[in-house]
Amino acid sequence: MRGIPPLCSALFLALFPALDAGADRTSQGGNLVILADVVHTAAGAPIRNGMILIENGRITAVGPAAGLEQPEGWTVLRAPVATPGLVDAHSSVGLAGSLNIRHDREEREDSEPIQPELSAFYAYNPSDPLVEWVRSLGVTTVHTGHAPGQIISGGTMIVKTRGKTVEDAILLRDAMVAATLGDGAVRDGKGGPGTPSKAIAMLRAELIKAGEYASPPEEGAQDEKPRARDLRLETLAAVLAGERPLLVTAHRARDILAAIRLQEEFGFRLVLDGATECATLFPRIKQAGIPVLLHPTMQRPFGETANTSFETAANLYATGIPCALQTGYESYVPRTRVLLFEAAVAASNGLGFGPALELVTISPARILGIADRVGSLEAGKDGDVALFDGDPFETTSHCIGVVIEGVVVSDIVR
Amino acid sequence: MLPPLLLAAASFWPQEAPRSPVLEPGPLAFVGAQIIPIDGPPIPGGVLVVQDGIIIHVGPLDLTPIPADARIRDASGLVLMPGLVDTHNHVGGPWAADSSHPIQPETRAFDSIDVEKPGFRRTRAGGITTANIMPGSGHLISGQTVYVKLRLGKTIDDLALRNPDGTFAGGMKMANGTNSRREPPFPGTRAKAAALVRSSFIAAGEYRDRLARARADGSTPPARDLGLEALGEVLAGTRIVHHHTHRHDDILSVLRLREEFGFRVVLHHVSDAWKVADQIAAAGVPSSLILVDSPGGKLEAHDIRFENGAALERAGAPVAFHTDDWITDGRLFLRMAALGVRGGMSRAGALSGVTLSAAEMLGLEDRIGSLTVGKDADFILLDGDPLSIYTKIMETWVEGQRVFDRNDPEDRLAAVGGPGVGEEGSPFCCGGDGS
Repeated sequence: MRGIPPLCSALFLALFPALDAGADRTSQGGNLVILADVVHTAAGAPIRNGMILIENGRITAVGPAAGLEQPEGWTVLRAPVATPGLVDAHSSVGLAGSLNIRHDREEREDSEPIQPELSAFYAYNPSDPLVEWVRSLGVTTVHTGHAPGQIISGGTMIVKTRGKTVEDAILLRDAMVAATLGDGAVRDGKGGPGTPSKAIAMLRAELIKAGEYASPPEEGAQDEKPRARDLRLETLAAVLAGERPLLVTAHRARDILAAIRLQEEFGFRLVLDGATECATLFPRIKQAGIPVLLHPTMQRPFGETANTSFETAANLYATGIPCALQTGYESYVPRTRVLLFEAAVAASNGLGFGPALELVTISPARILGIADRVGSLEAGKDGDVALFDGDPFETTSHCIGVVIEGVVVSDIVR
Repeated sequence: MLPPLLLAAASFWPQEAPRSPVLEPGPLAFVGAQIIPIDGPPIPGGVLVVQDGIIIHVGPLDLTPIPADARIRDASGLVLMPGLVDTHNHVGGPWAADSSHPIQPETRAFDSIDVEKPGFRRTRAGGITTANIMPGSGHLISGQTVYVKLRLGKTIDDLALRNPDGTFAGGMKMANGTNSRREPPFPGTRAKAAALVRSSFIAAGEYRDRLARARADGSTPPARDLGLEALGEVLAGTRIVHHHTHRHDDILSVLRLREEFGFRVVLHHVSDAWKVADQIAAAGVPSSLILVDSPGGKLEAHDIRFENGAALERAGAPVAFHTDDWITDGRLFLRMAALGVRGGMSRAGALSGVTLSAAEMLGLEDRIGSLTVGKDADFILLDGDPLSIYTKIMETWVEGQRVFDRNDPEDRLAAVGGPGVGEEGSPFCCGGDGS
């Protein structure tokens, strides 16, 4: 059935330990030796005939196999190519259910246009088939949450693509707060804004309210009763305090500028998302030091994404602006994009192999604040590894195994 | 004027089409490319000679005559293969059926297509030289499709392939499964959908018989009915049914319908092909597949697999691919063939699936789909392996005229994207909420 390349996979699968995609974070991480013809570490030059040692779930050594001692009795995996587990900078996987029927759509709550109190933590389904799907294609860490489509659609979180419960999967519970500007925020007639300008007015008003909520009552003020706790304003106050970045999905240059203006007005930490037309604003974005989580390379060019270019990733990377690739949100088919495939098209459109790998590993890890754990194959980091039977970005290659913290979580050849 | 179905006795498959008026005269020879003719093994360092929009020679350098007056184009280092054939595409806004009824065979996609929409530029950049542009799948019968060549024309008349009688060539779009499920008069269940479609074909058969009787005995013919007329073409086998179908049971329903009414059909999408590949092969029915990057997104595509092409190939059933543009981007069509290989399909099968096998599913195999002497000079030049993600389509040629050149800045923009390349409004997609 599958396109199993006979040699490497036979060898590989024969050596696979028992699969444990449901392994939870409390179980002890695995001990594993990975031998690969090429190890792409995302932290330096590729290593030929490399070895990765993972002990108790953490990487203890990476280097040429000839220079490392292989521990006795440890399980050994062999593969032509090893890379860090991929890190998806922004997705709705686990919320946007694969069936895409009403009872399976957790990615957008349409009752109100501003609901930062909605936590991805309470919406994430670790058993959704699409979690398994992206895991089988090398993705081990996902920054996920509510989809764009409301001014503020909810709070995001970071998970590993494993586990039977959200607790098993969680890496960072309160990551960012997801906002949308531009056409994507317009929901005329549903209590939402009818124009992009109205959306900004509503967002500013709410941020001002959150600022007032956060500031203590003045001495001697009449109102000395403790203020009732308000999850919505509390969440936005955390944004204003710089504890959680505001992740603003904006595609047109107009809307990206609006996000920068808001950042200047309120002083929060801004992360740009989507950013189809970011190329027209590179100097401004760079000067402001704003990271960009760039749209999927293959996103459809229409409406506010009409100017989508396969080459934006290459051009953005060249500026030195901190950036990463994301898979965004899909309301139809395909229900989720696959980071590996989006990176491949970027790689082949001016970005090149190394930078493309960076934008789906170490760069998103840095922007997400989790680079001490994931994003590269270096001693001390989590043993999260993706294995391939050839160039990972070639469409005809296969992902042949995925490891999270030393535990084999996928042995599907896909 | 006679209804077209009365002309069915004549050979109906598209043969004549206006050639490009701006062809340079004389033969043109491409020399030194690795030629993938599709109907034979690859030819390293081959020669392709075209003249008047037709392939006149193809073969290895030492065995292939190059006319003395031929202009020579050095194509060494490049790969040359037939122009791609997309069996299912929605560029240009091919709205046909409206929301009034689930069965509207009288509507024609070409009446609404705007060939100046940027989708056509992207399609040429993707190496597609022939496309079956279809209405959506929100109806049981959503209208007549149109087969186009991606010529540099200004109107649909310039692009459409023609039947011998001068009418536009095309098929009939049908769908089952969930896309057409709506309030009445649309069906609410699969059984209702089947009953509605069967009733329509029964009516079309009766209409055809009454027409024949009137011709034979001089009795009064039935009042002209555009929908029944078009379904008559389907029953006569002169208009191929292109049938959207995903789930295994829906696929078998199409096979049953075909058996009952005897029409010629191509299965489209066929998400569950891997479950019923043997039945599809036994019926001898071809499948045009879409491979998308993840399963689901709609209930009936829940089990779609990269392995569908391999399953059908192994079962012995014909396989092609389609972009379903907007569902996938026409510029990435070759990537889908590569996904087929990822799923276990042979390279040759996957490449035929975007060329010759696809041409067969449109009834155009005598004219396009392979680099064969006498066929249209539709071909693409690439800078590497067609199935590598790193390869770029450098040029697209239709009937001996270059319609895309990556070295031209405007064309390059269409290939990579940017201002003017996307669609301003919502793209056409599917009618209802389906692919």
